[in-house]
Amino acid sequence: MFILKRKKSSGVNALTASTRRWALLFLGPVVAAFAIGFVWPFIQGIYLSLCNFRLISDAKFVGFSNYVKAFQDPSFTHSFWYSALYAIVSLVLINVLAFAVAYALTQGIKGSNLFRTVFFMPNLIGGIVLGYIWSMIFDGILSHFNTSILLDSKFGFWGLIILMCWQQIGYMMIIYIAGLQAVPEDMLEAARIDGATRAQTLFKVTIPNVMPSITICMFLSLTNGFKLFDQNLALTAGQPIQIMPGGASIKTTEMLALNIYNTFYGSNAASQGTAQAKAVIFFILVAGLGLAQLAYTRKKEVQQ
Amino acid sequence: MSKKLLALVLALSMVMAMLLAGCSSKPDAEGSTPPAENSNSGAQTPDDNKDPAPAGTGSVYWLNFKPESDETLQKIAAMYKEQKGVDVKVVTAASGTYSQTLIAEMDKSAPPTIFVIGNQNGVKDWKDYALDLTGTPIANELNTDAYNLYDETGKLVSIGYCYECYGIIVNPDLLEQAGHKVEDIKNFETLKTVVEDIHARAAELGFDAFTSCDMDGSSNWRFVGHMANLEYYYEQEGTPWTECPATISGKYMENFKNLYDLCINNSLTAPNALSVGGHDASQEFKDGKAAFQIQGSWEFEDYKDTVPNATMIPYYCGVEGEEKAGLNCGTENCWAINSKASAEDQQATMDFMVWCVTDPEASRMLVDTFGVMPYKNAAESTNGFLADANEYSNNGCYVMNWATNFQPNVDEYRAVLTSALNQYNADQSDANWEQVRTAFVDGWATQYQAINS
Repeated sequence: MFILKRKKSSGVNALTASTRRWALLFLGPVVAAFAIGFVWPFIQGIYLSLCNFRLISDAKFVGFSNYVKAFQDPSFTHSFWYSALYAIVSLVLINVLAFAVAYALTQGIKGSNLFRTVFFMPNLIGGIVLGYIWSMIFDGILSHFNTSILLDSKFGFWGLIILMCWQQIGYMMIIYIAGLQAVPEDMLEAARIDGATRAQTLFKVTIPNVMPSITICMFLSLTNGFKLFDQNLALTAGQPIQIMPGGASIKTTEMLALNIYNTFYGSNAASQGTAQAKAVIFFILVAGLGLAQLAYTRKKEVQQ
Repeated sequence: MSKKLLALVLALSMVMAMLLAGCSSKPDAEGSTPPAENSNSGAQTPDDNKDPAPAGTGSVYWLNFKPESDETLQKIAAMYKEQKGVDVKVVTAASGTYSQTLIAEMDKSAPPTIFVIGNQNGVKDWKDYALDLTGTPIANELNTDAYNLYDETGKLVSIGYCYECYGIIVNPDLLEQAGHKVEDIKNFETLKTVVEDIHARAAELGFDAFTSCDMDGSSNWRFVGHMANLEYYYEQEGTPWTECPATISGKYMENFKNLYDLCINNSLTAPNALSVGGHDASQEFKDGKAAFQIQGSWEFEDYKDTVPNATMIPYYCGVEGEEKAGLNCGTENCWAINSKASAEDQQATMDFMVWCVTDPEASRMLVDTFGVMPYKNAAESTNGFLADANEYSNNGCYVMNWATNFQPNVDEYRAVLTSALNQYNADQSDANWEQVRTAFVDGWATQYQAINS
């Protein structure tokens, strides 16, 4: 008995010791890739937001003036509110519709698998391509009314919402389907036996049980909404541009990421630092919102 | 166990050591032995200079901004490598992304040695990275100073390697079918008569007056970049700008409107369907679907087989005395040498540039691609549109210089103007034209402020 115990514990020790020994080898590549591809550029990015530069190799430190400029830029505040509005509307629409589709496709309809594949497919097309295709579809329709998606910011906004719903619903649907399939059958059965209606079952049993899926889907669609770039660039590129009496202009359908991009490659050398400062603000904003949302919806999750 | 581990670690370190040795020895071998000597002897054939630094150890990296000339440039690069043994790398930025590509490439450890500074905006941004070309061998080959760009201190930042012209390209055969002659078009009035007549009878004739005037990114430069030039040109009142003016007056906006209205209202595509684009104007012209196109000399190679008689006429827009107008001639194709490149690379680049404009075969290929090269020993131009430009000058017409190159914060300025024109295209009201005027005139001042604050 004693010997056995001893042997066992030495086995565990050997295991942890060898784990320790090899940990570096297995973790190394990932840590290195993460450091090279994320941590270092991120630190450099923060440093550059405090600099004036044309090329990053000869940046001049200027302190916080870039942040002052970023906050003073009316196009940045405009794009922030525009992105926020877009993120909220798309978050609600995408999740409601994706859940509805997922719910419908887990009811045992004939051809469910075919539908799932078809709904998922738009997600496989790149954002730029989608943007151009949809701009032609929208204009094909709008030209009958003597207008264009580039002429009215309302069209630009709803156009982007339709495009993103079309692209994202299939993806979120897959996550919801996985969640729905994991709802314990005995709970549903118990609800049926207790005489719960379909609606009651859905709201009291199914939804609390798919809360983890809702958390992840909401996180994805919220951050996607704020980070949206390709589709925005290809669909409207910020048009229509509102021209102020003095000649100043605001791109009415420009979202945060596109605003940062346009600032970086626009105007003078100093604007690159400003764009970098905007990017840092953007990161803090998206990370903060995402984490807050995660914390909030996590609370609603139930333990099975 | 521990023995095994030790063996493994040893084996691994041996492999690593071998790899490292392999990595470090490779460039050594290449750097010091036969290939280098070969390239030396290759490059030193015309070697009369007393410079002790061996020529030919550098290499050339050309960041090209015109996708349509990439094919030729790759051939030129291969030819140079074959003849002189010097590596020439040509990278072409995707259409419309030159400035982004340049920023990214200039930051790399082997940045471009030749890049393009094509306008005053570029000079402002990149002058610190450009070698002063005054008195260099390539500058001595030039036959005109007209296409060079200087910064405010008089440093020769970049030199034109070709020039171009733009205006209205006409298909004389179609005009004849409609009962008109190119020679009859002498000013805006006569142009308008011909254009409106063709457009009115388009169904009967089987072709229209103008090709589609798309306002998407692949085509809007024909209006917000090129056609806009007529306003700037006349606004200079005979004394060409030497630097970007802080404001413009928009005195000739009406003339811009004349020609612009004529184009959009007499074309294959209705004005309200232009914003998103999707029409191939050049293909329409080649297919004989339209008699006029707002275009430039660079299309000559593409058009010469399908529309052999194509000719180019000036932007007639209703300005007094415009019967004496010529074509818009200028360039955005200007070479700059990277001042941060190593001395060897700069030398190799200079040698390559001189070779491009003096070697008969190479300059022939380049001239066929670019139209014309303003160098003493370069091949003669065969470009029909540039011949038209010369004919206008020879007949005493004034050349319209590319004042458009001064557009401040050019991408932003053009984007705003495009948006205003889109509104106007859908509804040609006075209020909407006022917006265009604001974008055109006040927008200039705004963008000037943006880059100079």
